[in-house]
Amino acid sequence: MMKFLVSLFLGLSLMATQASAQNQPLRIEITEGVIEPLPFAVPNFVPDSGAASELAADLARVVAADLSGTGLFREVPASAYISQVTGFDDPIKFADWKAINAQALVTGAVNVQGNRVTVRFRVWDVFSDKEIEPGMQFSGTKDGWRRMAHKVADAVYSRITGEGGYFDSRVVYVSESGPKNQRRKRLAIMDYDGHNVQYLTDSSAIVLAPRFSPTGDRVLYTSYESGFPRIHVLDVGQVKRRVLESAEGTMSFAPRFSPDGKTVVYSLSQGGNTDLYTMDIASGQARRLTSTPSIETAPSYSPDGQQIVFESDRSGTPQLYAMSASGGDAKRISFGQGRYGTPVWSPRGDLIAFTKQNKGRFHIGVMRTDGSEERLLTASFLDEGPSWSPNGRVIMFTRETRGENGRSSLYTVDISGRNLRPVRTPDGGSDPAWSPLQN
Amino acid sequence: MNLLSKISMAVALVAMAACTNNSALDDANSVNLGGAAGAGSTADPRSPAYFQQAVGDRVLFEVDQSTLNDAARATLQAQATWLLENTDFAATIEGHADEQGTREYNLALGARRANAAREFLVSRGVAGTRLKVVSYGKERPIEICSEEACYTNNRRAVTVLAGGLTG
Repeated sequence: MMKFLVSLFLGLSLMATQASAQNQPLRIEITEGVIEPLPFAVPNFVPDSGAASELAADLARVVAADLSGTGLFREVPASAYISQVTGFDDPIKFADWKAINAQALVTGAVNVQGNRVTVRFRVWDVFSDKEIEPGMQFSGTKDGWRRMAHKVADAVYSRITGEGGYFDSRVVYVSESGPKNQRRKRLAIMDYDGHNVQYLTDSSAIVLAPRFSPTGDRVLYTSYESGFPRIHVLDVGQVKRRVLESAEGTMSFAPRFSPDGKTVVYSLSQGGNTDLYTMDIASGQARRLTSTPSIETAPSYSPDGQQIVFESDRSGTPQLYAMSASGGDAKRISFGQGRYGTPVWSPRGDLIAFTKQNKGRFHIGVMRTDGSEERLLTASFLDEGPSWSPNGRVIMFTRETRGENGRSSLYTVDISGRNLRPVRTPDGGSDPAWSPLQN
Repeated sequence: MNLLSKISMAVALVAMAACTNNSALDDANSVNLGGAAGAGSTADPRSPAYFQQAVGDRVLFEVDQSTLNDAARATLQAQATWLLENTDFAATIEGHADEQGTREYNLALGARRANAAREFLVSRGVAGTRLKVVSYGKERPIEICSEEACYTNNRRAVTVLAGGLTG
């Protein structure tokens, strides 16, 4: 099992390596960066009553979709099953699951009492004939059943990869409709997989680039409600919002929270010049971080709050720079060809995701925090605005298509550049921001 | 805002007139307010429509640039002259960028462009208190193809007259 964990870990990391162990019960083959997904089975969970049977099937489907969606796992279809799981505590017929090469097996049970749902589950290492860590259970209300499924999937993912999961998370983004020259934008929030979309604003004013607070309870965004771009902070639970004050004649945008959630770093434009500022949210006290005639924008904190990475055209073209969170000298970290923007520090602290524009194409890429080991993960007419999954393994971004009928939509890609997938939203979507894992 | 909606109404009326009266003409779709006799208030040199069409309400920029070229300076000079004569009007200068670039950078670039136009007008004597700036970055393209033919018109600073100062 440990060997399996280690090889999967390496597969996820930037170094794609050949898995060595041929005789391990669970393994992932990696060839030139392509990982052979691990086959798993999630039979319908066992309902404790007729009332729970539909939910029992739906839960298993969402767990399977979460795991398959990572590209690291491949579901063995139910049509291949030799035996069924009819009792949660019945012994597992490992031979039947080995025969169909389901290397991991997830079993579950659902109990429904009124509006209360309890889900129990176990994860089995089929070829070792044993359970991977003890089973767990989650409870909640019926309408929150998808979250329970995501929590099960997070636990499975975590047990098999040794990494934190990312399924029980939300995404705040800009929902887009209408033609390119009259685009209507409004803030929306949804589950990470595009379900349960709710709108947080109407489309009477342009809204841009929402960002979650470190605990996911608040969202910063830019709105033209006043006629000028200003930063708003919205309480997600109560849908209450307020404007962060800024002086007459200025524009403020590109906000992000500090890791402690107390400070906002943002761009402020005054007299045509855009510099970086911070504001203490409670007091409204602003502090200037940069004072140059160049454009400084798209700031993002390191997870320890000590540094800020940002975009500046002080060299003549937009490039990435890092500096102390209190300002001062900045060090350029992007040196490849082309223009760099929208740097975002990963939650693990090890990488910076960015947008790169080169030779008429846009890319989402990642680099080490010192700018080394740059890797481009995507390429298209227009990709921009990366946002990290809570575990730092997946990036969600905006892709806009070319021309008169150009449309924005959301995509995910993992940090090895594999598994590019669209995120389904009711309308167009842009500027996604991934929340932390929910509690 | 009142004046602006009047302008839009005037434009809409002219467009309708073009459709009904000139539907057989090849150029029926290219309504030229500036040259159309009796086209609402454009005949009045003190009107916002005149400013928009005859003086020219916008200047264009090169890729990534906020430098005013000769054509832009000539247009802004005419805008300054008009604004100095029509002191009832304030204006908001809207800076825009084409879609090549990140959202954030384009917002900052639009701010630079709007400010370049504003600085020129101020240098020609227009009171700064009459001139606001706003950047729309790449949010409001006027042309929507993904070619330089469109981009060149999207990289712009537009001087939008806002309600008479005297009310």
